[in-house]
Amino acid sequence: MSSNFMRTGISRRNFLALAGAAPAVASGGIFDAVRALAAEDPILEGRPLVKYPEKTDLILLTSRPPQLETPMKYFAQAITPNDAFYVRYHMFPPPTRVDLSAWKLKVGGNVDHPLEFTMDELRSKFTPARLVAVNQCSGNSRGYVEPRVNGGQWGNGAMGNAEWTGVRLQDLLDRAGAKPGSVDISFRGFDTPAAPTLHHFAKSLPMTEVADSPDIMVAYEMNGAPLPMLNGYPARLVVPGWYGTYWVKNLEEITVWDHEFESFWMQKTYRIPANHCECVPAGTALTRTVPINRMKVRSFIITPADGTRVKVGRPVALKGIAFDAGYGIADVEVSDNQGSTWQRAVLGRDLGPYSFREWSAPWTPPHRGSFTLSVRAVNRMGESQPFEANWNPAGYLRNVIEKIQVTAV
Amino acid sequence: MKRMVLLILLIAGAALLVGAGALPQVRSIELPPDNPMSQLKPGPGVEVVRADCVACHSTDYIVRQPRGDAKRWGAEVKKMISVYGAPVDEADAKVVVNYLATAYGPAEAKETKEKSSAKPGAKTP
Ligand code: HEC
Repeated sequence: MSSNFMRTGISRRNFLALAGAAPAVASGGIFDAVRALAAEDPILEGRPLVKYPEKTDLILLTSRPPQLETPMKYFAQAITPNDAFYVRYHMFPPPTRVDLSAWKLKVGGNVDHPLEFTMDELRSKFTPARLVAVNQCSGNSRGYVEPRVNGGQWGNGAMGNAEWTGVRLQDLLDRAGAKPGSVDISFRGFDTPAAPTLHHFAKSLPMTEVADSPDIMVAYEMNGAPLPMLNGYPARLVVPGWYGTYWVKNLEEITVWDHEFESFWMQKTYRIPANHCECVPAGTALTRTVPINRMKVRSFIITPADGTRVKVGRPVALKGIAFDAGYGIADVEVSDNQGSTWQRAVLGRDLGPYSFREWSAPWTPPHRGSFTLSVRAVNRMGESQPFEANWNPAGYLRNVIEKIQVTAV
Repeated sequence: MKRMVLLILLIAGAALLVGAGALPQVRSIELPPDNPMSQLKPGPGVEVVRADCVACHSTDYIVRQPRGDAKRWGAEVKKMISVYGAPVDEADAKVVVNYLATAYGPAEAKETKEKSSAKPGAKTP
């Protein structure tokens, strides 16, 4: 046993008990009738579909702590249902019980009036803010990164889009009176790691970002209902346009800092290359880095599903979604010839700049055989998606042009 | 008339109670056990991995990773010890890396790759 643990006076036995660990687990409950996913996708192959509390059948990445992936079929609509929304916790145990009579949101640090709000106060003392926004894990699609990288081997389903209702962060800071010269603002959830050597989950944003963005909010509703426990009940931070790592779940503490906030989760992980492409040559290490921040433009073909058979000469409606960091999607294009030519898709209803944007494009298979269908989006800044994936050792930021394979018969 | 008022008050009171009941103060869920489909493969040293590597997370964290040689798995194990404080001494670490590089080693990787590239419609990233 390492001296590390001796110092904290925690024996392995206690440690296991603390962590609630059971090395070999008998099959039971949700796993009994489990169907492992079929083999079309080497990353999802063999992973079970499971039903967690308040959730529908999702693809299991890890059970302890829970990481659940949304099957692609749910992205046929722009809004992801709460019970299908992906789950990503870093540590075990995540919160499983909340008593609202005891829960408070604290706002403190470098402020004139440190404050605490109950859920009733959050709901009644502020004008509710409401917007639709995509939450996507920094490591979404990591499983497809080549050369492969370690970390959660997600397929493409570590994302979702919901209407969030809550209190503007700027309103909270106005009440508390953030002092001039404040540098960072940090967010801490009430999930506590079981092992004393693990780092409490906390993230921060620069004050300049918060001052510029009235859209950042503390959300207490998702699609008009309280958040599912595993999506951060009773409140989570919503940082529209930014990767999910900033959307701190089970939020209880907001702190304003007059100097840079320091946390393992800001300084040691969730870092990306500090260069224009935010990438490094495949297989090489990071040198200069910055914290991950805004999402890159992405688009997906949702129907037909990958591997579908279609009929020669019979029109197929290609449909899917596109999103970016909130500049808004300007155009979506599809190609059936590896990008030699592109056809413009029709965009669906605009639910706001941070939302999934549905698109559709009619396509008629011209002859028998296998087709690679590609999709790419461009946003209002003119940013698009690369043909060749950019690489970084943590497998963040993936936004390569997506392809599916269909066979015309 | 008085009786009428009383009745209305009673109904209003009941409605209030029902209203309060609609927003439960305590909410809780119960999480299922570890995924039995991600148990470690048998092999020399597996009992050390079972003892040292399951306190903080389920074995899906391990079995879902890309295959790797001793260098790659060595880096993972080192990260667990130095970054997350996993209580694994040097002797155990050696056994764990050895086990992982064998049970989830690069030889495995070739097999999986051949298998998946032979599959029509396999994801082309
Ligand atoms: C003290 C707690 C702890 C112990 C003990 C521990 N790990 Fe981890 N491990 C973590 C944490 C924390 C993560 C990251 C979790 C997350 O972000 O979801 C992790 C993640 C991983 C991952 C995923 C890849 C990555 O780097 O994030 C692998 C593989 C892994 N651990 C292997 C092991 C092995 C092998 C052992 C036994 C030598 C071990 N772990 C013991 C805490 C621990």
